[in-house]
Amino acid sequence: MQTSTIKKPTYVSSRNACKLCAPLGASLVFKGIEGCIPMIHGSQGCATYIRRYMISHYKEPMDIASSNFSEESTIYGGNRNFVQSIDNIRKQYSPKVMGIASTCLSETIGEDIPALIAEYKDKNQDDTDLPLFVHAATPSYQGTHMDGFHEAVLGAVKSLAEEGEKEMRINLFSGFISPADIRGLKEMMKDFGVKYTLFPDYSESLDNPCWKDYHLIPEGGTPIEEIRAMGKAAGTIEFGTVLNKGSLVGRILNKNGCVSAGEWLQNNFFIENHNMIMPVGIEATDRFMMTMESLTGTKMPEKYILQRGRLVDAYIDSHKYVFGKKAMVYGEEDLVIALCSFLAEIGITPAIIASGGESGILKKELISRSLIDPEKTMIMAGADFESMREMAQEIRPDILIGNSKGYYIARELGVPLVRVGFPVHDRVGGPRIKHLCYEGTQELFDRIVNALLEYKQEHSPVGYKYM
Amino acid sequence: MSYILEERKKQIARVGGTVKDIDCGKVSLAGSVSQRACVFCGSRVVLYPVADALHIIHGPIGCASYTWDIRGSLSSGPELHRLSFSTDLREKDVVFGGAEKLRQSLDELIDRHKPKAAFVYSTCIVGVIGDDVESVCAQMEQEKGIPVIPVQAPGFQGSKKDGYKIACEAIFKLVGTLDKPTPKYSINILGDFNLAGELWILLEYYKKMGIHVNASITGDGRVDDIRNAHNASLNVVQCSGSMIHLAKMMKEKYDVPFLRVSYFGIEDMSDALYDVAKFFKSEELMDAARKLVREEIGRLIPALVPYKEALSGKRAAIYVGGAFKAISLVKALRLIGMKTVVIGSQTGDKDDYKMIQELCDDDTIIVDDSNPVELSAFVKETKADLFIGGVKERPIAYKIGLGFCDHNHERKEPLAGYDGMLNFAKEVYATCMSPVWKFVK
Repeated sequence: MQTSTIKKPTYVSSRNACKLCAPLGASLVFKGIEGCIPMIHGSQGCATYIRRYMISHYKEPMDIASSNFSEESTIYGGNRNFVQSIDNIRKQYSPKVMGIASTCLSETIGEDIPALIAEYKDKNQDDTDLPLFVHAATPSYQGTHMDGFHEAVLGAVKSLAEEGEKEMRINLFSGFISPADIRGLKEMMKDFGVKYTLFPDYSESLDNPCWKDYHLIPEGGTPIEEIRAMGKAAGTIEFGTVLNKGSLVGRILNKNGCVSAGEWLQNNFFIENHNMIMPVGIEATDRFMMTMESLTGTKMPEKYILQRGRLVDAYIDSHKYVFGKKAMVYGEEDLVIALCSFLAEIGITPAIIASGGESGILKKELISRSLIDPEKTMIMAGADFESMREMAQEIRPDILIGNSKGYYIARELGVPLVRVGFPVHDRVGGPRIKHLCYEGTQELFDRIVNALLEYKQEHSPVGYKYM
Repeated sequence: MSYILEERKKQIARVGGTVKDIDCGKVSLAGSVSQRACVFCGSRVVLYPVADALHIIHGPIGCASYTWDIRGSLSSGPELHRLSFSTDLREKDVVFGGAEKLRQSLDELIDRHKPKAAFVYSTCIVGVIGDDVESVCAQMEQEKGIPVIPVQAPGFQGSKKDGYKIACEAIFKLVGTLDKPTPKYSINILGDFNLAGELWILLEYYKKMGIHVNASITGDGRVDDIRNAHNASLNVVQCSGSMIHLAKMMKEKYDVPFLRVSYFGIEDMSDALYDVAKFFKSEELMDAARKLVREEIGRLIPALVPYKEALSGKRAAIYVGGAFKAISLVKALRLIGMKTVVIGSQTGDKDDYKMIQELCDDDTIIVDDSNPVELSAFVKETKADLFIGGVKERPIAYKIGLGFCDHNHERKEPLAGYDGMLNFAKEVYATCMSPVWKFVK
């Protein structure tokens, strides 16, 4: 068995990237603000590609505006397009919030979006319907979609959260999770009987029921009042330990300029930040629950004790089918860390752990939290799918756990792929996949076990009906 | 009530109404939430199906990620086009230049994959940061002995249609660089991208007629075929928006004439075969075409009857990339008894819209470069039952309870040719007749 190393990419070029660009992550966050229309300050294609990519996963309307740069705006600056774009969006959508993400183009030519926003507000100061503005600097040459995501979360909190007298209230930065997972967390907050702000909440806006008429801005999103109230909370829980640290890679300036929204609230409003890995698996969920208990002073409701009990029971019922299997786990860094924590509980070895993210701390996180056996694991940071494919041909995992884009590798190896995270472009129900807490883990666990059972059954010479 | 932007009003007309001349061919209005993509996208989709070429995107990662394996363009051989290569530029490259990274990328990838040619797409910031892509390409071309063609496609420099033109110019650089003997009746197929194997259906038809297809550009495309394309007697151009520029350049330089066709629906498909026979002034070819059309239609018409009966009187909205396709769709819909009530395109020109005005019934809404606000209002107002469009239009339709037919480049069902017409009828039938709508009506 090879010793664990960070596998350095052997190619200069990216071959089938395992990451997306930063404005996508920011657009997603803006979809999680009530009454918000995202606008991408750059070329038309950025908005259209991102819309198309997200529609193929969420299967929901995805109106994202573009300031539609021309050659002229690239040379003389995009302020005219910026103003025209906001005016036109307001005429069509009357948004309560404008979420503005920059692009590689607007950042390279030096567009100062905060200044453009200030100018717009200034010129329209008599306008009583002026939307709120939230902005994220998301040059796609810095980090990945996750950095864009967390940059937008931070941007929203910075511009909207207000300090106030502390009350019994919890902030939950749940990260890039599925709408189904968000719904699960909201239900849990309710069960704990605590006031909370979950942000960003795209559980409805990206997973809506059918409508009679087209809704220009879909229902849902974290209400502005609740984002404002984040400054009054008793504590913050933040899922993910890597967060936006990947944006530092390749930076030549501002190497220290990276805080998460939870850290920012702690630094500025003295709200204690409880940073933890995403609660996938029992131990990670226990940690989350214990934090909930200590913050709220409320015991974990009976419902969750039962869910936990059933999950342990399921682990035991199926442990033999998964034990010793080798998995290739890939996707966003915080997602793969959480998945490794879960896989360690059930005896699956994550033989290849790969992410397109390049925070530089993936290995440290995995080892310092004892989530992996370094002797049995190949960690690929900043990986693309072709490097993963080459590694997988060597290591021959029994199962792949990750998004749709690894399907071609699974197909070539002839092993099952359990789809998690984003994007799920080749199946329906991506937004309804659950990963988190006892219940989400239960579903994920069953899917993994069943994928392995199905593989075994289909490769058996006997068409058996009992396991 | 939805809002139509003042500046956009001239891009919307009603058949039989006061606006005769629809405004089109303009850059999209900032903030209008256009359904269009960009210059890069236009060049990328056209060149993408060239299966034995290396396609590398020079720029930050997004443009490569979003176009990985994006089209359902099938290849009968190599599948290099389905891989997504990028220089994945970072901040330090943006500041200090990315040309060396591009050189190294080309070097390693050409050695690894041995492509017949390489297309190097530069995206938005490459021109801005001043990378000399041309000279890197020239150097690699010399070192590796294959054509390395720069495709300068910064997203902001026009619209998707300008990207088509840039792609045509890239292809044109290959044309005329190889001479192979070509048979007497030989054509190039321009503007079919072999989605779901559609090209192969057409090849079969032309083969039955006795016509040799010399190069297909770019569906199931091969570099050497393209290099030899000037030796065909005729360019048969579909999806004219994307390929007409290449046809014109080939006419100019190599004197290869062209004709415009469409392969959607019975009439247009049949005309595509007849027109080619007519061009060669061969009775033999014409007879073969007639025989083929007779056989195919003889099979198809009875097969369409049940669909037509069920769908008669239903109303369709069309919003697609190219207007020429939209026109074919109107006719195809008529074949199954359906009426078009909204028709629009991302890239139509004056002539296209004029043709649409003449073809469609009174009160049909015609729209250029539309957006979700308008489209959702139009389908509501006209009480459409079906929407035909691409990925971005699908949720607009489904969310408000309309059937949807995917005519986009990711589709997995061939819709071209006679069999394609039947598939089209089946798909429209499936979506219009599904029992699920009772829960939303």
